[in-house]
Amino acid sequence: MDISELLTIAEHERTMRRPTCIRCCTALGCQSAGSLSLKQRLEEAVAEVDRTDIEVIGVGCMGMCGHGPLVRVDPDGVLYEHVHAADAPSIVAALDGGDATAPRGDPQHPFFTLQKRIVLENSGIIDPERIESYIAAGGYQALYCVLHDMTPAEVIDVVTRSGLRGRGGAGYPTGLKWATVAKSHGDRKYVVCNADEGDPGAFMDRSIIESDPHKILEGMAIAAYAVGADQGYVYVRAEYPLAIQRLQRAIAQARRLGLLGAQIFDAGFTFRIDIRVGAGAFVCGEETALMASIEGRRGQPRPRPPYPAESGLWGRPTLINNVETFANIPPIIRNGAEWFAAIGAEHSKGTKVFALTGKIRHTGLIEVPMGVTLRQIVEEMGGGVPEGRVKAVQTGGPSGGCIPAALLDTPVDYESLQRVGSIMGSGGMVVMDDATNMVDVAHFYMEFCKDESCGKCIPCRAGTAQMLHMLNLIRSGQATAADLARLEQLCIMVKETSLCGLGQSAPNPVLSTMKYFREEYEAFVRDEGLAG
Amino acid sequence: MAARTFTIDDQLISAREGETILQAAREHGISIPTLCHLDGVSDVGACRLCLVEIEGSRALRPACVTPVVEEMVVRTDTERLREYRRMIIELLFAERNHVCAVCVANGHCELQDLAIAVGMDHVRFDYAFPRCDVDISHPLFGIDHNRCVLCTRCVRVCDEVEGVHTWDVAGRGADARVITDMRQPWGEARSCTSCGKCVLACPTGAIFRRGATVGEMERDRNKIAYIVAAREQRW
Repeated sequence: MDISELLTIAEHERTMRRPTCIRCCTALGCQSAGSLSLKQRLEEAVAEVDRTDIEVIGVGCMGMCGHGPLVRVDPDGVLYEHVHAADAPSIVAALDGGDATAPRGDPQHPFFTLQKRIVLENSGIIDPERIESYIAAGGYQALYCVLHDMTPAEVIDVVTRSGLRGRGGAGYPTGLKWATVAKSHGDRKYVVCNADEGDPGAFMDRSIIESDPHKILEGMAIAAYAVGADQGYVYVRAEYPLAIQRLQRAIAQARRLGLLGAQIFDAGFTFRIDIRVGAGAFVCGEETALMASIEGRRGQPRPRPPYPAESGLWGRPTLINNVETFANIPPIIRNGAEWFAAIGAEHSKGTKVFALTGKIRHTGLIEVPMGVTLRQIVEEMGGGVPEGRVKAVQTGGPSGGCIPAALLDTPVDYESLQRVGSIMGSGGMVVMDDATNMVDVAHFYMEFCKDESCGKCIPCRAGTAQMLHMLNLIRSGQATAADLARLEQLCIMVKETSLCGLGQSAPNPVLSTMKYFREEYEAFVRDEGLAG
Repeated sequence: MAARTFTIDDQLISAREGETILQAAREHGISIPTLCHLDGVSDVGACRLCLVEIEGSRALRPACVTPVVEEMVVRTDTERLREYRRMIIELLFAERNHVCAVCVANGHCELQDLAIAVGMDHVRFDYAFPRCDVDISHPLFGIDHNRCVLCTRCVRVCDEVEGVHTWDVAGRGADARVITDMRQPWGEARSCTSCGKCVLACPTGAIFRRGATVGEMERDRNKIAYIVAAREQRW
């Protein structure tokens, strides 16, 4: 494969396109609402009217998942939502005038217009099951450019200057991580894509893989070239069967075209990617536990240092980045560091993908520039809560915290979220209305953390169990004010002494709800005098 | 081998390069409580009792896996650490059914010693009273999960010293249990060589020699380190 062949594939794909394209979402959310049979009916309907100028393609996520299945008819950009298979003939007929029976969506809604799509640039547009579709969208050109025109050091320099920070949650500077792995010595190096997304309410990584799997592979290959690795792993949880299937297909296609494997683009660069399917333990998203799991051992974290950059898989230097981080790489290479650095907030460059869920009118997947406020996301894009008022927004999953409505003007960037007691996390965003009891919310997350604690270190294993027990006491009205103080004390101890990020952040939902909604805890507390 | 000089609790001490804070401290008679640490096997940093404060670092570091760095300033006995250690011991007591008065290891138990050392005179948390089994299918030994603290010393000594890996951990969180082979009863675990190293390694009365009286429960844990040293240096 050389560049002319790549461009030929792209050109061929473009000439094969038909004037009218009916795009039907086949990501998991819409599939579960019946989009596969809908797509089939659309194809049949096109065949019935014998129109060769229309094509039906299955695409990835279009964003507004709560309104699925979604269908968009291009080039006009007509959007249909809640489409049933029975609506298919009328959608095809509507191309000749007339009304479709499916409700029309509004592509001019702030949900779409306030987005800035970099990671999701191909999502909902290309067919994730065909590599040609990705290549036609400019895919693998960044990899070619890197292999032929740039040294590994130059690649790292671009990533560093772009200001990209790890999208897995902690926000570590990506360029710095790459540089560290590149400098580490080892007879082999590895690149790992962390696709073990497990936060309740989060589906960003799943959607990205389902919608644009090749982008992850291209990002990983660029990373591998930059740090000097020849083997990559995508660690993805077994609960994501469609993502796994599309990744497998993508890897096979890329290999067939010589875009993965030996001598990629005849540049003397060899890189192979394998999938490792995890059994779905939350803690396996923690990098040291993830590596243990890839090595075939029990998925438990170990103390750091040594960091994976120095001693990772089988003791060799290993680069671990999240799905979204890798997805940012090809656009950064294509458009340059300055382009990326110009987007977003001062210390948080670029965009962030959020899975917007909970008590909100428009749930789904959005990508916004860093620095937009929570209010813009929740009220404008999400359309606010259907009934009542916004009470809080939970960001960062079990590791994050609940931000009260009064702080909705907080900009979404790493530092600002941390200042209000939450974190960016991988990007789950759960909106709660005023019917939500915050003690219940804390209880929900603590139950999750207790179940997902690996059991290795005592503060997390016994601490989360004890915190859950205390929350149960509070909710059943058996706790006293002294118990509240004890709970808080326990939370701080678990936070400061746990071995890994799971334990260190498990108390956050409790601490943040106690900080902002203390009266709800106190309402449960029984009179000290009665307690004896 | 280069030497390192650093400070623990205002005391200037020297250490060999690569030594951990725990090793250096113990050499100088400074005691840092530990539970999962066992001389002779690898460290896992799991019990968090040996956490220390290091000047200039916000996070607490486990002394058992943190190497000494020149001129570092370590505090092992601050108010915060004492409180956390006590809380960790209390959590352990509340987690399973630890009743010293009826335990075979009473008087020879590291958990008991630690409780005394950290000044634990009562437990502020509710006991969970989980249902735990006792396995006495093995002709020589038994395991009482009521007393297990999941330190995994048995797992490591079996794997790293005996080289058998009969023991491992199954389950997650509070449901985690040490197991033999593929969770068979110990007596049916075919990999077990009945060497008894796990009995030596166990800090509590969880793994015991059957038929032994309380007075016979004293264990010489130095034997593990002795075996390892003998093997490495071919005495």
